[in-house]
Amino acid sequence: MGRYLAGRLAQGLIVVFGVTIVVFVATRLVGDPVDFILPLSASPEQRMRLRADLGFDRPVITQFLDYVGDVFRLEFGTSTYYRNEGTLSVVGDFLPKTLQLVGAGMLLAFVISIALGTLAALRPGKVTDKLLVVLSLGGLATPQFFLCQLLLLYTSVEFELVQFGPGPWTHLIVPSIALALPAVGRLSMVVRSSMIDELNTQYVKAARAKGISRTRIVYVHALRNAAIPFVTLFGWEVIRALAGFTVVVENVFNWPGLGNLAIIAIKERDFFLIQTIVLVVALMVVAINIVIDLVYRYIDPRVKLS
Amino acid sequence: MSDPHPTHAPDEYTARHHESDDAVHAEQAMEGRPFEVRAATKGLFGELLSDKTGLVALVFLGLMVFAAVFAPFVAPYGPTEGNLSSASIPPVWSNGGGWDHILGTDPQGYDIVSRLIYGMRTSLLIGAAVVLVAGTFGVVLGLISGYKGGRTDRLLMGWVDVQVAFPGLLLALIMIAILGGSISTVILVLSFNGWMVYARMTRGVVLSMKERPFVEAAEMVGCRPRRVIFTHILPNLWSSLSTLAVLEFARILLAEATLSFLGLGIQFPDVSLGLVASNGRDYLFSAPRYIIIPGILLSLLVLSVNFVASWLRVVFDPQEREKRFAANATAGASKGAA
Repeated sequence: MGRYLAGRLAQGLIVVFGVTIVVFVATRLVGDPVDFILPLSASPEQRMRLRADLGFDRPVITQFLDYVGDVFRLEFGTSTYYRNEGTLSVVGDFLPKTLQLVGAGMLLAFVISIALGTLAALRPGKVTDKLLVVLSLGGLATPQFFLCQLLLLYTSVEFELVQFGPGPWTHLIVPSIALALPAVGRLSMVVRSSMIDELNTQYVKAARAKGISRTRIVYVHALRNAAIPFVTLFGWEVIRALAGFTVVVENVFNWPGLGNLAIIAIKERDFFLIQTIVLVVALMVVAINIVIDLVYRYIDPRVKLS
Repeated sequence: MSDPHPTHAPDEYTARHHESDDAVHAEQAMEGRPFEVRAATKGLFGELLSDKTGLVALVFLGLMVFAAVFAPFVAPYGPTEGNLSSASIPPVWSNGGGWDHILGTDPQGYDIVSRLIYGMRTSLLIGAAVVLVAGTFGVVLGLISGYKGGRTDRLLMGWVDVQVAFPGLLLALIMIAILGGSISTVILVLSFNGWMVYARMTRGVVLSMKERPFVEAAEMVGCRPRRVIFTHILPNLWSSLSTLAVLEFARILLAEATLSFLGLGIQFPDVSLGLVASNGRDYLFSAPRYIIIPGILLSLLVLSVNFVASWLRVVFDPQEREKRFAANATAGASKGAA
């Protein structure tokens, strides 16, 4: 177990390192951000000075080694856009909002997809089942930004559910639905097909023959076994939401989270901020991957981790 | 119902079995099966005729591809032809619209139908190019990985694992922003983010093929590894690869649209479906059609690509047919129980 965890951790660090190096080298390829920071009227000397101050005049490899050294000393550089603020504290300001959104969205996706998937699996081929399949096909074909905009269009004016600025928790509802819907489309199909498989197994027949109630068979016996493929895919959905789709939702709803921060950082060429965002997201992704494995082992004791 | 195949066990009951009984059993067994199973031998196009959604999807997709390929002849105007004097003309069905601009014009005065057609041209081109680039790279790596095994396999699959562990959108955004949004960089970045799935699938198929007698025979008569890989193993991949490629094509359409929508993908004066949707953002409340029209077109494209994929899967993948059959059998079983 310990060895297994150590192995996963090592692989996770390779992931983090790989992502860091790709982003680092790519950002350095475009030249430096000095032109984005200084006004047009700045003299060449001023540009040179700032370049030297920020360290962009050195070879890329030296810059990278310095950066890695800094990261191990837990120094993540200063944002060039949010003047004189450490990038980690900037990320710290924006991260909670993203965690709220992803947390609420994924909770919704979890509950709804299990409920809908089970409902459809109980009577495959019937109206509910067909409706769910059609809805999920249609939903998955819709681009997420379009879904977000439709939600925004039809909820904000009529129900006043979208708030501009801080408000009560109700402002979470629409963005988290927008984040959850595509995940529901994929996950409920998984729940449906694995529940259909489970309900057709010998142990379910045996339980039925023994006279165990239908509710108990479905919710205690079958659902637990059907959860095994679900867990992996659910974890993957959380990762997708964190490392990508929250960007779209945050962008459309103007949500002050990490995704919008990433777009600001990219547009303003704030290299240190981009690196810190990517580093934080990569660490979270690795952590979630390990958690998925552990949960997997917990719900399916047959799985030997190796 | 639980046993789909009539029993052939040599007990006294079946000893009196007749060949005519076999036919009856086969007929009975076919009853209630999804048409996919019954049509197992109908072939590619026979299957299509019985799959109405697949047929409609294929026709729609064909029309759209035709319009995209021949955009200069099909589109009534150029993608950036027009000026502010013709801005914001409503579509033909509402007041003030006319047949000159069927879907109206956008706030820049560009004809929406033309922009959609040219946008589709770019989006479909990117989808096809990414599938080709990522597919070729992934399949070659998967073939090598699966056939060589050992250290090469561990190394290549380690690479795949590392890239898969970090999903693409954020990384793609950063890389495209850095390289500059253009058709070629979008193709490059999306390919870089999407080749792993081909490599994994190819490797899996190769591993199961490697032990087959025909591969061993090829090796025994002295074929070089390259020949074994490309002439003996690769042809067995086409069926699963074609479905995967079509599904990936749909995914790439959405990915490109998302990047362009966020303002980091295709840039003016190029045009893609995502960019058309992005241009409508500021008018969400005043003129929602600017985003609804491209949004619906994009959804329809992706949906029809998915239907085509499921048609291909039914034709090519016997396992999928079995799965459908099993689902139907369960439906029958629970119907019986209820």
